[in-house]
Amino acid sequence: MSIVQPMLEALTILIAEDSAADRMLLSSIVRRQGHDVLTAANGAEAVEAFRQQRPQLVLMDAMMPVMDGFEAARQIKDLAGETLVPIIFLTSLSESEALARCLEAGGDDFLAKPYNQVILAAKIKAMDRLRRLQATVLEQRDQIARHHDYLLNEQRVAKAVFDKVAHSGCLNAPNIRYLQSPYALFNGDLLLAAFTPAGDMHVLLGDFTGHGLPAAVGAMPLAEVFYGMTAKGYGLAETLREMNAKLKRILPVDMFCCATLLNLSFQRRSVEVWNGGMPDGYLHSIASGERTPLKARHLPLGVLNPQAFDDRTEVYPMALGDRVFLLSDGVIDTCDAHERLFGVERLQQVFAANRDPDRLFEEIDQALRDFRGEARDDVSMVEVSLVEAAQLSPPALVYSDSGQSCPLDWSVSFEFRAATLKRFNPLPYLLQLLLEVHGLRAQSGALYSVLAELYSNALEHGVLGLDSSLKRDVSGFTRYYQERNARLDELQEGYVRVHLQVTPRDEGGCLTIRVEDSGKGFDVERVMARPLDGIRLSGRGVSLIRQLGRNANWCDDGRTACVEFFWEALA
Amino acid sequence: MSVVTEVSPDGQKLTISIKGRFDFAKHQAFRESYEFLQPKPDYFEVNLKDATYLDSSALGMLLLLRDHAGGENADIRLTHANADVRKILAISNFEHIFDVV
Repeated sequence: MSIVQPMLEALTILIAEDSAADRMLLSSIVRRQGHDVLTAANGAEAVEAFRQQRPQLVLMDAMMPVMDGFEAARQIKDLAGETLVPIIFLTSLSESEALARCLEAGGDDFLAKPYNQVILAAKIKAMDRLRRLQATVLEQRDQIARHHDYLLNEQRVAKAVFDKVAHSGCLNAPNIRYLQSPYALFNGDLLLAAFTPAGDMHVLLGDFTGHGLPAAVGAMPLAEVFYGMTAKGYGLAETLREMNAKLKRILPVDMFCCATLLNLSFQRRSVEVWNGGMPDGYLHSIASGERTPLKARHLPLGVLNPQAFDDRTEVYPMALGDRVFLLSDGVIDTCDAHERLFGVERLQQVFAANRDPDRLFEEIDQALRDFRGEARDDVSMVEVSLVEAAQLSPPALVYSDSGQSCPLDWSVSFEFRAATLKRFNPLPYLLQLLLEVHGLRAQSGALYSVLAELYSNALEHGVLGLDSSLKRDVSGFTRYYQERNARLDELQEGYVRVHLQVTPRDEGGCLTIRVEDSGKGFDVERVMARPLDGIRLSGRGVSLIRQLGRNANWCDDGRTACVEFFWEALA
Repeated sequence: MSVVTEVSPDGQKLTISIKGRFDFAKHQAFRESYEFLQPKPDYFEVNLKDATYLDSSALGMLLLLRDHAGGENADIRLTHANADVRKILAISNFEHIFDVV
């Protein structure tokens, strides 16, 4: 009979037995089975031998002097920690209570005296199996923990890089509140906000398909386009077209990004919205308590090719204090124990029950928790309020050039004709050109606002012949922008001319902006007679231009507008 | 089977029927249902009669099918969707690129 079994690795086995005869007998049996043997004559010696030599298995007599087997077993188990060191009690005890005590003290099995070699070998083998199983489980657990740590670390690094890219955002502006898990990025959720050069605010809430790194990789290029184009003064339409084209180009076919993009204009008191595949957002009018849904009218970003992409937006008037609320599908897709969805109706019940608008997020969060039975960490919500422009402080633009080569005496004229007016926004180019003049940089916000007003007046009232009095009330406001889009689509002829003239003057200089259009003009005297206010929905542009620029005047029956900007010597 | 396929006798139309939740768990089966079919059918129908729910990865799978079936020129009908599924298709505006009937 071959006693050494080839698959069985030799173990180091500790034999603790106070009877020298028994100890020798047992040692020789175990040695013959192919294992290495350590011996101890009492419990204290056993614990010490274990401490020093870490045997893999222990055969332990229950009754021993100095320290009995029960106490020794407890101490050895403590020393072994998570590693399984099987202890087989050797006992002549036969009452079931005494046998149970062996197991309670941490023993894994027992063997009755006198020893049966076959059973002893079988028990050692069985305990070895158990020991290996435990070792494998521990090893795999540690491996999983290690991988998990790597993953968290990778996410932390990726998030840090992303935060650098997104650093220029203005999510901390006083009129923005949001709720988002710090690792929302890895759920595919993305929230971005930035000021335009005119002091408007662009906000994007996006939701990429999928989870984890794949969902996060698209966020970086999207954020770069968003911040880059917003800072340069591009409008929603151009920014959306660029984001869609970029995502379409880089993402796999089955990946896309649902998104809502907002442009909040504090000066015009309006919000422009594009929603592609996101749940309804809501425009909350504080005065009437009404919530207008901002519905998804478009496919998500990254699905359509650039030719088929639809960048049409909707514009709504807002009053001071009104809020726009956006949310990710995590909210309405929350399921309860019966797989029922939280849904839009329950969300609207929360709206209806809400008394303090500042508590809305908490109430939605609570409703989701009550419905689901636990909290979710993949819900994103954002609320942006319309405040006085003066309450916000857009960050100053940072310029990298020295100013030594600043152009100070020049003029330039552009004529933008129908086919160009339809799709092209010349404002970012014009602004960039003007900001080469260092003296103008300090007033870039006012400059951009005035340029934007002059251009949209020339285009909308001049070339397209739209009547601004349409914008008197809320429904007219919507009609106005629908009509604007329709007429622009059909535009065949007409032009907007922009003349810029920069002249040095003492230590500073002067910029003259002249904008002409091909429209019918307007009754200049009547419009100029109006007080300079900022409250009405219509005609705000003219007041704004007169307040922000110097010597604003209209001639040629209102077809030409002229305004000046001055600057003093630079410090 | 939660993804069942049927090719019309003339081989021109493939019908893929989805049962239960249409989500990432069906990714493999859904792709295999059309990927290796020769000759390639001209028309596709995704029957959603027994689909209880549809998530964004299912929308992604539909886009993969659309790409396989010729992209802009694909002829794909999404049929018999229940109210919940229809709502999801409506929010994502997929009726602009799929025939939802």
